[in-house]
Amino acid sequence: MARAVVELQGVRREYGSLVAVDRLDLAVYEGELLSLLGPSGCGKTTTLNLVAGFIPASAGRILIDGEDVTGRPAHLRGLGVVFQSYALFPHMSVFENVAFGLRERRMPRAEIERRAHRALALVRLEGRDRQRPAQLSGGMQQRVALARALVYRPRVLLLDEPLAALDKKLREEMRGELREIQRSVGITTIFVTHDQGEALSLSDRIAVMNGGRLEQVGAPREIYERPVSRFVADFIGGSSLLQARAVGPDRVALGGALTVRVVTPRPLAAGQSVELAIRPERVRVGPGEAPGPEAAENTLSGSVARLIYLGAQMEVTVALPDGQRVAALVAEPMPLPLTLGQTVRLTLPADAFMVL
Amino acid sequence: MIGRAVVWLLLAFLTLPTVVVIVVSFNPTAIMAFPPDGFSLRWYGNALSYPQFQRAAVNSVWVTLGASLLALPIGTAGALALERGRLRGRTLWATVLLSPLVVPGVAAGLGFLILAAALGLLRSRILLVVAHVALVLPFVVRSVWVSVKNLDPALDRAAASLGAPPWRTFRRVTLPLLRPGLFAGFLFALVVSANEFVVSLFISTRVTEILPVAMFTYVVNYTDPTIAALSSLFIAATFVVVWVADRFFGLASVFLLDR
Repeated sequence: MARAVVELQGVRREYGSLVAVDRLDLAVYEGELLSLLGPSGCGKTTTLNLVAGFIPASAGRILIDGEDVTGRPAHLRGLGVVFQSYALFPHMSVFENVAFGLRERRMPRAEIERRAHRALALVRLEGRDRQRPAQLSGGMQQRVALARALVYRPRVLLLDEPLAALDKKLREEMRGELREIQRSVGITTIFVTHDQGEALSLSDRIAVMNGGRLEQVGAPREIYERPVSRFVADFIGGSSLLQARAVGPDRVALGGALTVRVVTPRPLAAGQSVELAIRPERVRVGPGEAPGPEAAENTLSGSVARLIYLGAQMEVTVALPDGQRVAALVAEPMPLPLTLGQTVRLTLPADAFMVL
Repeated sequence: MIGRAVVWLLLAFLTLPTVVVIVVSFNPTAIMAFPPDGFSLRWYGNALSYPQFQRAAVNSVWVTLGASLLALPIGTAGALALERGRLRGRTLWATVLLSPLVVPGVAAGLGFLILAAALGLLRSRILLVVAHVALVLPFVVRSVWVSVKNLDPALDRAAASLGAPPWRTFRRVTLPLLRPGLFAGFLFALVVSANEFVVSLFISTRVTEILPVAMFTYVVNYTDPTIAALSSLFIAATFVVVWVADRFFGLASVFLLDR
């Protein structure tokens, strides 16, 4: 097991009567990029602020390299932070912004020059050192903020929604660049985001948060394919949730006579009610009525309830006879023309179901 | 057409009294006649050589500079506390800190007079400085506050994360970014203090009185244009201060709060 660089032990933070973060236990390992992912108000930014030392913890301990830093003020923690608003110093040049942390460390002038220029080269901003932040584009400002946070080689890099203020195309570019820089520097990183795509594509591990608690921690694939809770299944990938009742060890009834086979790690007890989740990209849509259970396994009839055009794909929501809805993604241009109310057949592969 | 006429009328209305004072100050005879019947600088000579004006001018410089320089850090602390501090009843604090703007000068002057008498400070110039600090403070707080509002609180956190202790953050980040507000506040303080009359009248003696009070006393006793000459000098001095300020710091940037 790699060494834990940041450890949170039973960390809690209250604002008056509101509990923003509760009983948080989390370890971030050497060199990894861990995302804190969740909707706004889930406590992810509070967690970052606790690690950075911007706000004190109400309870629990925070360790960096095994050392208890819970009561240590932010300026003595030696971490690098990139803010959503960039928080560049508007009265200083790009160079002075980057050199700020080095000057605070009382480095010799020549060393400051050398390191600041190398950091600016790392983020591809050579030759911009005399400009003011306001003269740069959003993406460039973001890179200055990154250089400023990396230049003094902090133990941990904290990123607070660093891409949220950029437009979509730039955001995707910066996402790749950020990952490359993080890898090449090899710095342990905590990345706060509400964007699941960002978290899935950037992270070594993702910690999904909800209501101030951790829902699930794991590799992106693990989180995506084996969500442990309804919240995770719903928040990441937008699964359809179905209520069902077990009628056999691997068979469930979706209301009425509709039964489907599911692959589960543990056999189900008959009569037990279960909640299933299924990703829209695993659902297949075909024309006409379902041919019957003998001809095709897990194929049901339903009617088209909603169509949303997404460019490369069409999101098709189908209502089953019992009223439950299943979303499917169909590649565009659609091989079959669909209209609202039309009857279609849905195939729900047995191994695509996630039992929550 | 009509718009332009209105602007000219307004301008005339605002500047006419000043123009009249300046014109009268060059009158060769010992009456404040308008229009004047000649040209002379004798009243300027009289104003500059009148001992009580000289003494009051020195007092004015002391009181105005002292009060403004004291009010600047106090007002800045107040503005920072109002915007950043964890205050209960922020609006109430703001109202209290800005309230001298609505207290009548006579009431404030009387209050200071009674307090000073109780403390035995009636003959002291310190009394005037203290009173002027209280009078200019709302202007300083107001100006600096606007600058504080424009500060991104994340800048403080950024500086801290980069290793700057709070006082270094204040010196390297907060203070430089508050400069427009500090400058505007200081300028307001200078102008308000230099022109303050009502409160000063209550609390000054023949020895400690400042220029506006000395001028009033003179007008009560004499009617020659000396006072017009001194007023003109006063106006000229104010213009010079504002011009220099604009030249070196850019008043536009101060009032547009350009960062």
